[in-house]
Amino acid sequence: MDYTIKIGGEAGQGLQTIGYILTKILVRDGHHIFANQDYESRIRGGHNFFQLRFSDRQVFSPSESVDIIVALDKASIREHRKELTSEGMVLYDSKSIGERYEAPLFLDVPMQELAVKMGGSKVMMNTVAVGAVLGMLDYEFSLLEDIIRTTFKKKGSEMIEGNLRAGRAGYDYAKRGCQKCNFVISSKERTKKMLISGNEALALGAISAGCKFISAYPMTPSTGIITYLAAKADEFGLVAEQAEDEIAAINMALGASFAGVRAMTATSGGGFCLMTEGVSLAGMTETPLVIVLAQRPGPATGLPTRTEQGELFFALYAGHGEFPRAIFAPGTAEEAFYIIQKAFNLAEKYQTVVFVMSDQHLADSYWSVEGLDFKRIEVKRALLRDDEVGDDYKRHKITDTGVSPRAIPGQSGRTVVVTDSDEHDEEGHIIEDALTRRAMVEKRMRKLRGIASEISMPSVYGSKEPEILLIGWGSTYGAIRETVEVLNERGTKASMLHFNEIWPFPHSIAETIKSADRTFTVENNYTAQLRRLIRMETGIDCSGSITRYDGRPFTSAEILRRIEDADS
Amino acid sequence: MPTPDDYAGQRPAWCPGCGNFQILTAIKQALVELKLMPHQVLFVSGIGQSSKLPHYMRCNTFNGLHGRTLPVATGARLANHELVVVAVAGDGDCYGEGGNHLIHAIRRNIDITLLVHNNQIYGLTKGQASPTSDTGMVTKLQPHGVVLSPFNPIAFAVSLNAGFVARSFSGDVQHLTEMIKDGINHRGFAMIDILQPCATFNKLNTYAWYRDRVYKLADHDPQDRRTAFEKALEWGERIPIGVIYKNERSTFEQEIPSLKRGSLVKQDTGYSFDRLLKEFY
Repeated sequence: MDYTIKIGGEAGQGLQTIGYILTKILVRDGHHIFANQDYESRIRGGHNFFQLRFSDRQVFSPSESVDIIVALDKASIREHRKELTSEGMVLYDSKSIGERYEAPLFLDVPMQELAVKMGGSKVMMNTVAVGAVLGMLDYEFSLLEDIIRTTFKKKGSEMIEGNLRAGRAGYDYAKRGCQKCNFVISSKERTKKMLISGNEALALGAISAGCKFISAYPMTPSTGIITYLAAKADEFGLVAEQAEDEIAAINMALGASFAGVRAMTATSGGGFCLMTEGVSLAGMTETPLVIVLAQRPGPATGLPTRTEQGELFFALYAGHGEFPRAIFAPGTAEEAFYIIQKAFNLAEKYQTVVFVMSDQHLADSYWSVEGLDFKRIEVKRALLRDDEVGDDYKRHKITDTGVSPRAIPGQSGRTVVVTDSDEHDEEGHIIEDALTRRAMVEKRMRKLRGIASEISMPSVYGSKEPEILLIGWGSTYGAIRETVEVLNERGTKASMLHFNEIWPFPHSIAETIKSADRTFTVENNYTAQLRRLIRMETGIDCSGSITRYDGRPFTSAEILRRIEDADS
Repeated sequence: MPTPDDYAGQRPAWCPGCGNFQILTAIKQALVELKLMPHQVLFVSGIGQSSKLPHYMRCNTFNGLHGRTLPVATGARLANHELVVVAVAGDGDCYGEGGNHLIHAIRRNIDITLLVHNNQIYGLTKGQASPTSDTGMVTKLQPHGVVLSPFNPIAFAVSLNAGFVARSFSGDVQHLTEMIKDGINHRGFAMIDILQPCATFNKLNTYAWYRDRVYKLADHDPQDRRTAFEKALEWGERIPIGVIYKNERSTFEQEIPSLKRGSLVKQDTGYSFDRLLKEFY
């Protein structure tokens, strides 16, 4: 069983609500889920969709074929009809979209009328739609009932009853009216799962890591992170501050970090452009900082609500001067939750910047997850205790590892903590002499060795002796993994190499890359940045690269077509 | 009891006759009189001759980037609001490069004392016009004289209802010391614009130029925003110094619920996450 439901309509029509409630119902009932969102940069109108895929085995990426389209507008039918499977159906309301389509492929449910009649308000059309989809699937209605009762708990019994009637009406209507519906829900045993998006996972991971401070400027697709943290700030003792611009955002985070708390910022490419001086400042002042860089297509404003992986090199080189950094690139929400915690630990231990690369596809998509373990990654603070500081504290003391023991302002006695964006001596005061400069550059760069020793190898999935090796980073994980599954099922030995920790580059992976007959990087960018990075670091050039830069995420079907193209 | 010696730092690399020397003296004096020890105070600065000041004393220091003094100070103060946070900037740093941050620091009313060393010229980059340079001032980069109208920091701050707005003059160390003490004692954002001669590059706004013009405010009610605004517009033949405007509106720190349990640096992180996870099922 592997079904995809696509809810399409204009912005503001509630398609996201319908999609989210349906997804939540299916996850609560134990299905494996992947849901992604495609929207325009506008608050009303246009054409958007929410697409959810549920299956009795793990799914990680969107499917190109759709089983049920919930069409809230004509464009949903016009644009997506071709995606329907042979048994696929379109759910629509001829009265509200002002057009009639021929049954049996189309199921006309008077959703708006039922909402008003049964629920008492047009707004309840969303609930009618959810009910209707469950009816088409011949699903139990009780699952919707539970969600309605919890969602509208605070709004009173009238609201609950109205929604229940509306949902039931849609359910009954669709169930009766859909003679052609032939969806079979797998009877495989299911366990309850949680549903989480990339942004939520990053925010949860930050809380788990003891992050106390986030300052950011709203920018799609990163905004969800600070929004979530702002909602939890009082409960978890943190400050989430909307800065006046991205320059302020990164500098505030650095100020907070210097003062002794774990701090982060999150942005997208355009905002990150403004932050680059701050990245450099973190490098020079050796101030820990975690930056979530949620990419979207550029240059400039680009496609603000869509996805791209165009900023690997940007993150790698951002900021003037030379200093160590680490770059992580989680492939799923679950990975994002754990990896950002590691990012906080490394940033603190090595007193520098750690990037967590995200993009719209990772940020806005939902995954079903068995559970998250808040104890798996231990919070390892790296600060001197009051009794360890002493009177002659030197913030930038030169050590073998390059890491200077870290005290914070206000800590104790006569100690003061001094740092400077100018080149400085061990105490943190401005210097000009060549000898100190050299020693300080070398000290800072020595930290890179330590960071490199903590980088995990890319994850490998699939055949041990692959004919085809697909290499990716970040959010392409799901599509690559599913491609590998299909290839192996078809008898082509294939495997995936996924870089979730990408810098310092894990050089020992070179052998794995060399051993495959054919290697392709799969990247949401034009210039195949990972392929170039691999060549730069190992001297190995891949056989090819499968790139996509239209702002849309990869599907496994797309990757398979591109491999076939390469073969022909 | 702290003494000025507790605050003794490196030897300044400023030009002889620079107004910064007097500002440094006044700052140390103010901190001593407020009985603050160096480890209780954090100085944040940016780039410019003024921003080197923390190196010439002994205190917690974050000497960051040009114009970014206030964001760094804001973050540090939010992380540890037990620290006395002083931001040191010049007219280029604060009114030029970091202008946007000044607007919002005033709006936040975060408890930071901002000292702006305003010498009406760029010293570090050798004598270009600053946002406060008088119109017509000729420099190597403005050979036909400055065309832009000068920025009026005091009127700007009063118009934004800043918590505390004062002007002082580096040539009057005693007055400046009092202003700095008042600024630090004020709960909320305090901005002190300090008129300061640049002995090397500003041949127009010299010690004599300032001395002839500055006068100490008397019979002025700084709580009255209208008269404060009138005083703020005074510039030219007579320049008022003193507390021009202040109010007692609540500080940013007071408005943040998570800071009521103490400073963030001291709050532990041993939370139970079960409730958080439930929301995802």
